[in-house]
Order: sequence, then C-alpha cells, then structure tokens
Amino acid sequence: MLFNEPHPLEVKVLTRRFEYPNAEPIGIDRFLATRGYEGFRKALGMTPEQIIDEVKKSNLRGRGGAGFPTGMKWSFVPRQSPKPKYIVVNADESEPGTCKDRIILENDPHRLIEGVLIAARAINASRGWIYIRGEYRYLIAVVDKAIEEAYQHGFLGENIQGSGWTFHLSTHSGAGAYECGEESALLNSLEGLRGNPRLKPPFPATSGAFQCPTVLNNVETYSAVPDIILNGGEWYSNLGTPKNGGTRLFCLSGHVNRPGVYELPMGFNLLRLINEVGGGVRGGRKLKAVIPGGSSCPVLKAEECDLPMDHESLAKIGSMLGSGGVVVMDETTDMVKAMFRIMKFYAHESCGWCIPCREGTAWLKKLLGRLDEGLGVSTDIDLANELARNMLGKTFCALGDAAAMPTISFVEKFRGEFEAKLKSAQAQAPVPGAQPLAVL
Amino acid sequence: MPDVTLTINGQAVTAAPGTLIIEAARRHGIEIPAFCYYEGYSLQAACRMCLVEIEKNPKLQPGCTMPVAEGMVVLTESPKVVETRKAMLEFLLSNHPLDCPVCDKGGECELQDMSFRYGAGESRFTELKVHGEEQQWSPVVYYDPARCILCYRCVRVCDEGLGVTALGTQNRGVISEIIPNAGDHLVCDECGMCIDICPVGALTSGTYRYKSRPWEMNHVGTICAHCSDGCKTTLAVRDGEILRGNNRDRSGINGEFLCIKGRYAFDFVRHPERLQSPLLRVNGELQPVSWSEALSAAAAKFNEVKARGGRFGVIGATRTTNEENYFLQKFARQGLGTANIDHRRSGDVVTLLDALSGRANALATVEDLYTAKAALVIGSDLAQQHPLFAFQLRANWRHHQLTAYVVTPGPVREDLYAARAIRSEAGKELEAAASLRDDLAKSQDLVILFGDAIKGDAVRRLVEFGDSLGIPVKYLCLVDYANSRGAMDMGLLPDLGPGYQPTQTRGLNWREMLADPALDVLWVVGEDPLEETALASANAFVVVQDLFLTETAKRADVVFPSASAYEKTGTVTNSAGQVQRLKQAAKVMGVKPDLDIMGLLAKEMGLNLGIWIPDKVFEEIRRTVRGYNVALPVIATGGAAQTGAADGRIPVTVPPELIRSAGDTLFTSGTLGRYSGMLRSVMEAPGTLYKP
Amino acid sequence: MTFSPELEARFARMLRNYPPGRQKGALIPMLLYAQDETGAVTPELVQEVANRLSVKPVEVEEVIGFYSMLRRKPMGKYHVQVCTNISCLLTGGEELFEHACRKLGIGNREVTPDGQFSLEEVECMGACSWAPAVEVNYDFHHKMTPEKFDQLIDSLAKRQ
Repeated sequence: MLFNEPHPLEVKVLTRRFEYPNAEPIGIDRFLATRGYEGFRKALGMTPEQIIDEVKKSNLRGRGGAGFPTGMKWSFVPRQSPKPKYIVVNADESEPGTCKDRIILENDPHRLIEGVLIAARAINASRGWIYIRGEYRYLIAVVDKAIEEAYQHGFLGENIQGSGWTFHLSTHSGAGAYECGEESALLNSLEGLRGNPRLKPPFPATSGAFQCPTVLNNVETYSAVPDIILNGGEWYSNLGTPKNGGTRLFCLSGHVNRPGVYELPMGFNLLRLINEVGGGVRGGRKLKAVIPGGSSCPVLKAEECDLPMDHESLAKIGSMLGSGGVVVMDETTDMVKAMFRIMKFYAHESCGWCIPCREGTAWLKKLLGRLDEGLGVSTDIDLANELARNMLGKTFCALGDAAAMPTISFVEKFRGEFEAKLKSAQAQAPVPGAQPLAVL
Repeated sequence: MPDVTLTINGQAVTAAPGTLIIEAARRHGIEIPAFCYYEGYSLQAACRMCLVEIEKNPKLQPGCTMPVAEGMVVLTESPKVVETRKAMLEFLLSNHPLDCPVCDKGGECELQDMSFRYGAGESRFTELKVHGEEQQWSPVVYYDPARCILCYRCVRVCDEGLGVTALGTQNRGVISEIIPNAGDHLVCDECGMCIDICPVGALTSGTYRYKSRPWEMNHVGTICAHCSDGCKTTLAVRDGEILRGNNRDRSGINGEFLCIKGRYAFDFVRHPERLQSPLLRVNGELQPVSWSEALSAAAAKFNEVKARGGRFGVIGATRTTNEENYFLQKFARQGLGTANIDHRRSGDVVTLLDALSGRANALATVEDLYTAKAALVIGSDLAQQHPLFAFQLRANWRHHQLTAYVVTPGPVREDLYAARAIRSEAGKELEAAASLRDDLAKSQDLVILFGDAIKGDAVRRLVEFGDSLGIPVKYLCLVDYANSRGAMDMGLLPDLGPGYQPTQTRGLNWREMLADPALDVLWVVGEDPLEETALASANAFVVVQDLFLTETAKRADVVFPSASAYEKTGTVTNSAGQVQRLKQAAKVMGVKPDLDIMGLLAKEMGLNLGIWIPDKVFEEIRRTVRGYNVALPVIATGGAAQTGAADGRIPVTVPPELIRSAGDTLFTSGTLGRYSGMLRSVMEAPGTLYKP
Repeated sequence: MTFSPELEARFARMLRNYPPGRQKGALIPMLLYAQDETGAVTPELVQEVANRLSVKPVEVEEVIGFYSMLRRKPMGKYHVQVCTNISCLLTGGEELFEHACRKLGIGNREVTPDGQFSLEEVECMGACSWAPAVEVNYDFHHKMTPEKFDQLIDSLAKRQ
C-alpha cells in the first residue's frame, strides 16, 4: 500500500488513522473503533444550519485548488427547491504534482464517506457520486467496498441510523480528462457528456448534477469535515492560520530527499516543508524553483520560497496555494524543458471549447518545443509571454489561466535560460548570425 | 419588472431585465462581434470575441452571456477590448488554412470580416498547422475540419432548432471536429441549415461549392416554390441561372429556417427536359411551333367551342400565382362562359371558413405557431410535410415552453417534446383529440393544425370541439403547395368565385370534367390531373401550360411552356393565408409566365379581360376579393400580409373525396420534385431519412 | 453483445445509480469498463452502449475521442503507461520512457507485434510523490528505474 513515512512535524487529522507501513485500507470495524462515523452521528442531531455554521467556523476552504470557503458553498444550496439535491465528490485528481486524494481514498475511504454524509445531511441530499479518475481504477474497488460496508452498517441507504433519511452513494469512473477536474465539466461528464465546462451561472449549488442543486467538493475537503463536526469548527480553524483553517495535505515531489504526502497545518513555511519535512534538496544541490500548488500555479524562485503556505501569502507574491502539489526543482533543472512539458500537458488536456485555450495551448506547445530544441528565434520568448497574456483571464474556464500563468512566470523569472537556448542554437547555426528557420 | 438603464460606450441604453449585453447593444446600433452567439440558440461563450469591458469588473466579460444590470457601464470598443479581439482572431487564424481565395465563403465570411475589421492581418504563427481532410457527408453537405472554428452553431441548429441532432463533436482540444451522425455520412433532413449558419467555410453546399463568388451573383429574395408554408428563400443568380438558395439574413416568416427544398430544390428550373417551345399536335405528334402558331390554334378552338356552346373544362394549379389563378377563373367564367373550373384541393379550407364564419382571429398565422401556449397537431407529419411549421412549434417549445399535443397515425418528430402524443387510425382523429379535452382546456389558448384527415363535416365537428374548450382557439388548415391556399381564395372552384363568393351556377369539379365524355375543351394550367385519372372524352381538345411534358401535356393538342415561380413575379398565399410576393430570379429561354400566356390567349380570342400585368391584376384582387385588401407596402418590401378571413357563411357542400393531400415527404414535391436531380440524389444517398 | 457476468452485474447496478431517465450518466464508465473486455471501443460497442442507454450513436461517438483512456483500436495485453509530466520529468520519467521504447521496441501508442505490450506516454497519473511512475493497465509501479522497469516487463512477459 501506498504511503510514506510520517514526519514528526505533521499534524495528523485527516491522516490520523493511517499506519506506516500500512497493509490494508481501514475497514469499517477499525474505522468505527477510532471514532469513525461519530461526527456523522453528531451531525444527525444537528440542524442543517448548525452543520453549515460549524463548517463555516472551521474556515475550511476547498482543497481542490480554488480555495472557496466550504461552509459558504454549502449555504448556497436552495433549501426550498423541490428538486432532489445531490452531493458530488471530485476525485478526478489530475493536477500535475498532486497525489493527495489518492492516499485518502486508498487508506481511509470511510472518512470520505462520512464527510459526504455530513454534507448530504446539511443540504438534505438524496444521492451522491464519487467521481474517480479512470486511472485510479484500483481505488474504485477500494471505495466500492467501503460503500458496501457503509450500506451494511446502515450508514447509507434508506432510514440511515433510524433517522428516516435516505441517501445513496456510488462511485463513477472518469476516463482520462484533466478538464473533468473543473467542477462543471465533471458534472457534464457525470451526465455522460463531453467534459466541457458549463456556463456559470447557474452554479452547481442551484443547478449542478442533472440540473439539480448540488454540492461539489474535493475528496480532501469532505474528508476534513468529520473531525470538524466532532471537535468543533473552532478547534479545526485554530490548527491553521486565521483565514486558512486546519491542516492540508502537501504533496512534495521533484528534487527532494523525502518526497511524500505530508499533513501540515495551513500556513506552514514552504522552505521548512522542503528542508525539514522533505529532508532538503536531493544530492545537496541548490534549490532553483518551486511550483507551490500544482503545475497551474506560477513558479517561485528559490529566494521567494520563505513564506507561509496559505492562500493569501501565495497570492501576495503572485502565485497560488492551488492543490497542494509542491514540485521542487534544483539547480540542474532545465526550466525551458520543464515549461514545455507543462504546456504539452495543457495542450493535450484543453477541451477545445473556447478559442484562446484551444489555440493558445497548441501554439505555445509548438513554440516552447521549438525553443527547447534550440530552434527558437529571438522573438519567440516575448511571443510566448504575449500569447500567454492573451489567454490569461479570457478563456471560458480556468484551464486557460492554468496554462498561461506558469508560462508567464517561467518566461519572466527564468528568461535567461530561454535566451541561453537561443544562443546555443545560434552558435550551431550554419551561417554566422543567421536565425534558424522555424521547423515546420 | 421595469427596464434597466445602463451605459454602453457612453450611450444610455434601456433594456428589459435579463437582456444579454450583446442584444441590448445591437438594438441600439452597437455591434459586438461574435462567432458562437446566434440569437435563439443556447449560449456558448466559446469564441470569446464578444468579451467586453464592464466597469468595476477586473476581467473582460462575454457580452453574449452577461445580462444587463442597472447602472452597468459597458465598453465594447475600448483599447483593451479591441486588443483582445485581435488576439482571439490571431488564435483563431493560427490553425485556419487561409484558403480564402478558393473558399466558397470568401466575400461573405464572418471570419474574414472580423479579421478585416480588427486588423488581424499579420500572423506570428510559424508552426505547423493542424489539418484535417475535407469530407462529404451527403449529396448536399461537405465539411472541412481545417476551416472549422468550432462555434457549434451547426450542432445547435440541428439539435435545438430541428430536433434532428445529426451533428456532434469529436476529439478534444485543437483537433476537435464536428462529426455526422452515421459514421462517415449524415442521416438527416438535409436541410442545410448547418451550412447557412456556419460563419466560415467549414460547411459547404454540395450544389454550390466552387461554383461562384458571392459578389458575382444577384441575390433575389422570393418565396419558395414548393410547399405551402411560404418560406422566403434568397436565390443567388448569375446570368439568369440560380446557383444557390439560402436565408442567411433571417428575413421572411421563416427567420433562419429553410428546408432542403427551399435551399436546394431550384434545379428543376434548368432541368434538360424543361419545355422551351410551344408544341402543337400535328398529324398526331406534338411538334415545336412558334408562339403565334400555338396561340392562334388554341384561340381558334376556344372561340369555336364557345360559339357553339360547347363544354369547357378548366383546371388550375396550386403553384401558379394569385394573379394567374384570378385571371384564369375570370377567363373561364367571363371569357369562356363556363362554370367548370376547379383545381386539386389538398385541404378543406372552405368548410373551415364556413364553420368559423363571423368570427375574427380564428385563423392561425405562422407567428401564432411561435407564440401560442398550446398546439394540437392532427393527422400531419409536420417535419416532413410542413417543415417550417414544425420548426416554429419547436422554437415555441424551446423559447416559450409550448405544450404540444399530437394525434397522428404514426410517430412524428413532435413526439420528442409533446406533452401527449396519440396514435390514431384514419377517421378516429376527432375521438383521439376529444380524449385530450381536459388537458387542452387548461391552456390559455390553442392552435389546431390539421391536414386532409379532417375534412367536410369533420371540420365542423373539430370547430365545435374547439368552441367547447372555452379558450381562444385558432385553426390552420394544412394544404400542399406554394399557392394551394391562393387557388381556393382566387375562386378556382366550381361553386365559389374569388373570396368564396357563391356562383350562380355550380360547374363541374375536376373529376367530373375528366369523366365527362362530352367535354370539348380541357384547359389545364400548371397541373397534371391525368397522372391519376384518365380523360373520358376522346375528342376533347386539350390545352396545357406547364414546365414539363407531364402525362397531361402528353395528351395535349397545344402545350405552352410556362415559367416557374422562380422566373416570374406575382403573389402567393401560404397555408396560413399570408400573401407574399414572388420576385423573378431566373431566366429561361422560350418560356412565358402563365399570366402572359393567358393574356395573349385572351387577346388572340379577341376578349377584353383587362391588363395582364401582375401588379395590375393584384390591384383588382385587392379591390374585389374579400380579405385581400392588404397593405401594399408590406408586400412590396418582402413582408407577409395576412389576408382577412371570409366572414359569412359559404353555402356549399364540399365533397370529401375532392380533398386529398399528395402526401409529399421532405424529399418529394410533386412534379417539381420529380425534376429536381438534387432531391432525387438525396433519396438515393445511403441511409437517407425519408424514403419515398 | 454480451459481457462477462461480473460486468453485466456491474452495468445493472450502474443503471440504478442515475436519476430516472438520466441513464446516459453511465455512458463514460460503461464504455471504459466494456473496453476492458473488448480491448477497444468498436463500432459494435458504440451501438450496443447506445442501445443500452437509449441514446443516439453520435452521442457515444462524441465522448470517445474526448476521453483519452477510450480508444478505437486495441492496445497490448499489457498497456504500459509511462508518465513524463513534471514530477516524473524531474525524476527521470523522460529517460524512463525512452528506455521503455528501446526495451519494448515500439514507440508511443504502438503495440508489439505479438500484441503483448503497448506503450503510451501519459499525463500525470497522481503518483508525483513516488515518481517516476508507470501504470500497467490499472496497476501502479512507483519510483521506477530502468532496471526495475526491465524486471517488470520481463516478469509480465513470463506471465503471458
């Protein structure tokens, strides 16, 4: 089973049941023996308003990437609507650098189910789906088994725990599309459609899955809820910083000695994360750059990394906390190649719905690929920046921004490396001073 | 809710709450460019061309999805907006093949226009373009994925507009493309709406592609020659030849709609078997002769039979103009002194008008189909036989939640959204409709459309049923062809003159004429009755005016080659009683409009029936025919004028056996359809939707 | 078309998981699960799924090319997917992919002549902290090296 050695600096809330080295997903017996479903039982005795208030108090913010306050999101669901209400779990984890939902699903699936049940109770939902990316097939089996156990123990189905309330939950497999991590695209996919994003408004809270009011959150977000209800919102909030409640799973990857997923309080210092938790840059090399929250987030230069990992601090220096995927790059990293690889991803994943993202990512991929191969011309660097800026804020959904933001930051912060690639190409040019032709 | 006031480019603008910025701007003369936005269809916000600056909003917002708000300050031409448009065009053109010199759309392409307007004349794109091969999807639809900008207008018009859903999208990202519903080809209505609505040259027409440049042609707005719905079609004409039809300007009662016939089925005009010379039977054989020879032969015979009090039979048509039909009945009644005049009827308008006598607002217009709260369709497959009406009802359902009810013998497309669809065998339609009474009575109002299943007494019972519902009910009697309704209005009936005025004597109906062994002269103008019934009188002298050598023309002694609706002016009246004006588009050597032929014949006979200029005849119609005193400017400017209903009883009994629809499909159109190579090719194509 | 009893049972369960009249929801998982048995989304499978969900075949066609795991042509018995996205790139994913090409003697999205193996360079598969990663069919293999890759392939080849 998948997990890394825990670190003493971790504050284990979501991962408190994980055992290292663990062998099996935590089944319902062990889950119940460790206060499992107690948060839900408590929520059964609360009104929807009380549940939502508690979540609001916790300052829990969406763990998918956008960081929207969870309690507020739940409060948008129209209580009076005659339509059925739904819960959707975004387990389409596919932001490069991110692998946290996977370990929750793998180790403690009942935690997610419990979080879903509390959310469902808060909006009086009748059904829920856990949308799991197709590549995580083995996790669908794990979650299916947990769901089955929950049905057997009366936590799902009709008259749950004698409350008279009915709620059904099932898994739903994706089939390979990053765009389906965007909530409205996920809903389209859930309905059997192409995973294009939807127009907003209406937001899922009023018209989500199958055009019914829906709460849609990330796996990690729901998974934080049982302990919030159990120990109180204030308790959870106090684990983090004032505006960023609780803990967060940081996925440390790249050039570090101890890559892994670590649960740390919100606001934990990024340099400490790399050096203390992650055991420092691999091979004793110097840190060059860090992508702080998945490939969509603007890259940080080494000297920018001494900062608390919370939404505001990262926003202040022009980046984002994102999905918690911390990608560490040492001094040997070829930043042009890294950027090209990131753009290749976005070009592959652009759904094609809107012009700037569809055409912009494809163009940038070709241009950056050329630059990486040493076939760039001097105007390419500015052009890459300008194309990214022409996409930024103009695309239908956030995927265009997700492709544009790293481009701008890579080009602007590591311009020298882009220029160096040009120079090396010019050095190889057959005619002195001649610009190499674009490769068609 | 009161209107909101906002500012667009410094101009104060008021609009109803919920109005989209792009629409509010357009109504005040400010155009916000867009590719994906198309009024009346679902919103996409995909092309990002309509991004505008809204004060206090950090990001540009799409004008096509953002509704107006009180006090909003919008800038549609700010430097930021203009730069963004230029950037979007640069993106769009990056993979566009730029084969404008050979592209059909060149000159009328929205992408060209916008590139021109926003100065995106330079490309910084030096990479390899994504290219997909052109595909033929049907005899009339071609798709070039390289040119496609993925605005999804075609997908939406097919799915939302028509309910056919023949188009989809395949792949993702930059290699996304539109796909047809049957693997490599289309099984659909072949209406070509996807082609018209395409802002670029991605979808092109099999009949027009690579034939002309748009600026080489004259664009003539006229009325479709085929069914009785009365769609406007804009025919593009070069050197007298029609090269294409469309309705891209959304004018006419049909808006953006046009079916396969209106768009493509003009090719009968240049069919090789088209008659281009008068024919005279000489020694038992039809021989080409001069006009004067043919006219004098016919006139001499007419005068001779008239002089000896012989028996005439005159049969008019459902595709000739009101002026021609009016002139024909005048010719028969006044000139020849016969009451034997008729045409082939396809709907019992006469009984309906009688049943509704004395009440206003009981006849439905095409507009009513779009605004009614409820509709009941009886005995007609609208999608096949009255595609515009089907489109209108569907648009009503999409935009205003029309409640539709269907009573038909088989499944119809309206079933897809109908509140109730009842299958009923012939003769049981009224009982089936009666079972809907409680549902129908709940509606605020109702339109009932019925075909030839309801005729004679059944029409009266239907109106009684409508009256019993206690809500306002309007009726639309469906008839077959472009001027089926006008032929009745103009008095091509043995017992009713123009405006349904009873005649003093009742003449023979067309079946009786053909069955009359003593008939001396049979004069058929634009009709082919002998295709189904034999002529009993062996010695009858037969004069025929037609486009082709029909079964009837083959029996004729004199045949005059006549002009089709696309080659003349005049007016026609659609099923809903709306009069519209034909404009001459094509020119065909050797033919004359039926009105000219009749006028010359009258002159040759020495009759004075008045001037035979269409406008002058229409003047007379306006003066004398009940309900036709319509506003001339409406018609002159290409509009549709509603004729008034005959009020007052029409004391005749309509023999139900005279009412029979030809039962055309979307791909057939009587004689004209048989001479349309395009319609035939569509029926022969694999997997075609409507087999004859 | 019929599928294995287990898959038929799964489909029957799946159809109950969506609101009445909205069974189209099952489309994408159904295609993926069916593809596991048929090897590819064949025209026959498109028609079958369209029938089972009461949708038009074009609605099925629309999603095939959108979801990268759905494919029209079968891949190998062992579909070897090597991630080269950022975290894997930094830890040797690209070299691993090139190594895989040499080891298997095929390129991206190609199948070995015996149909045993196919290779695909894939996007982030959520194994970033255990990079570089390889997924064979649905089994993850973490912290891969060329040596570990060779062992993996050899053991799979032996398994046949």
